[in-house]
Amino acid sequence: MSEQQARSHAIDMSSVLRAKSGRNEPNETCIKVENLNLFYGEKQALHGINMEMPKKKVTAYIGPSGCGKSTLLRCINRMNDLVDSAKIDGKILLNGENIYDKAVNVAALRRRVGMVFQKPNPFPKSIFENVAYGLRIQGINDKRILEETVENSLRGAALWDEMKDRLNDNALGMSGGQQQRLVIARAIAIEPEVLLLDEPASALDPISTLKIEELINELKEKYTIVIVTHNMQQAARVSDYTAFMYMGELIEMGTTSELFTNPVKKQTEDYITGRYG
Amino acid sequence: MDNSKIGHHISEQFNKELEDIRNKVLIMGGLVERQIEQAIEAYTTGNMELAEQVIKQDNDVDLLEVSIDNECSQILALRQPTAFDLRLLIAVIKIIHEIERVGDKAEHIAEMAIKLSGSEKTHPHHELEHMSNLVKGMLHDALDAFARMSLEKVPEITSLDIKVDREYDSVLRQLITRMMEDPRNITRTLDVLWTVRALERIGDHACYICEHLVYMIQGENVRHLSQEELEKVVKLKR
Repeated sequence: MSEQQARSHAIDMSSVLRAKSGRNEPNETCIKVENLNLFYGEKQALHGINMEMPKKKVTAYIGPSGCGKSTLLRCINRMNDLVDSAKIDGKILLNGENIYDKAVNVAALRRRVGMVFQKPNPFPKSIFENVAYGLRIQGINDKRILEETVENSLRGAALWDEMKDRLNDNALGMSGGQQQRLVIARAIAIEPEVLLLDEPASALDPISTLKIEELINELKEKYTIVIVTHNMQQAARVSDYTAFMYMGELIEMGTTSELFTNPVKKQTEDYITGRYG
Repeated sequence: MDNSKIGHHISEQFNKELEDIRNKVLIMGGLVERQIEQAIEAYTTGNMELAEQVIKQDNDVDLLEVSIDNECSQILALRQPTAFDLRLLIAVIKIIHEIERVGDKAEHIAEMAIKLSGSEKTHPHHELEHMSNLVKGMLHDALDAFARMSLEKVPEITSLDIKVDREYDSVLRQLITRMMEDPRNITRTLDVLWTVRALERIGDHACYICEHLVYMIQGENVRHLSQEELEKVVKLKR
């Protein structure tokens, strides 16, 4: 065998195979939920949830309507504090620190944990002011910093090329898909650690949906992302980990590829294959 | 695990589509089983008409393969199935390929029957009898396991492959001896050899079907595993 032949035989199969299973490498935990119970008045909406969400990965919550996935998502930046009847016990640790601790400043927490909702909710201001808003309320008014941040955020949300000549236009004149990306740009302008997305694409057309999904894929390089979606195919496409919830309980959580090809629990299988359990 | 695995979708139409695919696979399997039966009969009795019939039937098998294949890709595209449904379709696409190959082997045996029927009948065909019974049984049981969606018999079926291989080796030795005894036998004996080889391959395809079944039902890939490893995997989940 000539030297060249010998070399061509020495393809490192392990690297080829590893590329496929790259998701199995150990992950640092970013958010850890411990024994979380949530009550809306008398009614218990979450039952003893325990889960860990890895850093710089996308975790998707799926489950039928009313299963508690949005409620759980809203717990991560304490949005449920705004609901008078909501009572919570248990812990959510963000990088090791309990966000339900009395000493935690909720406004500071929400700076670290950004959120995007189902319907885009831009402010009735210019595109520039929408993105710069977070910085302005932090008291940053330096024009250069603002311009730089707005450009970076719009680039991060894949909106810069479309919008760079229209920065002073009213944001309400944008299309739904653009508005949703603008809202994401506004969320990342203050450089949070975590992005919570509650049905971010369910009000959008298929093309805008794909753009948002593509964006999620890019954003996970920098942020830990948690997404709630009714669209299972979307969860399958964008997430690294998927959690299936049912009636306020976490039924199963695993890597997305495992959960969608070979789920462990029958309830999960029935739900993702569209069967009545 | 039972047949109800296919049903119970919220979409009744989806149930029907999967049931339809399952039925077609079973029809295709039945066709091929009959093909082998008839091909071997044609081979041992020299019945040319029967051999012709087997060759003609292969067309139906091919058409069924293409039609099932199309239905599977339709469902994949339109329904984006997951979990068991996804594995079922992937396994079916592979299983019908195996069945089609078995059909080709039957056709091949029928062609040999036609070719050999002209020559003198000094050699009875007992060399094929035992082996053909073995592989017919394997294929039947594999298709049966698919129909029942049960892995109960799978380790048994795959373990028979060793027997088939042994049988193949011993027939091979006989045939070599025959060729050495009289070189004028070589052409004919080679034809017999191709037939034996075809039977041996049918056994292999039956085993591959079993492997696809394990993936379909348990979600585990048991290809390229030894018999012991396969038994362990199947037992683990049963």
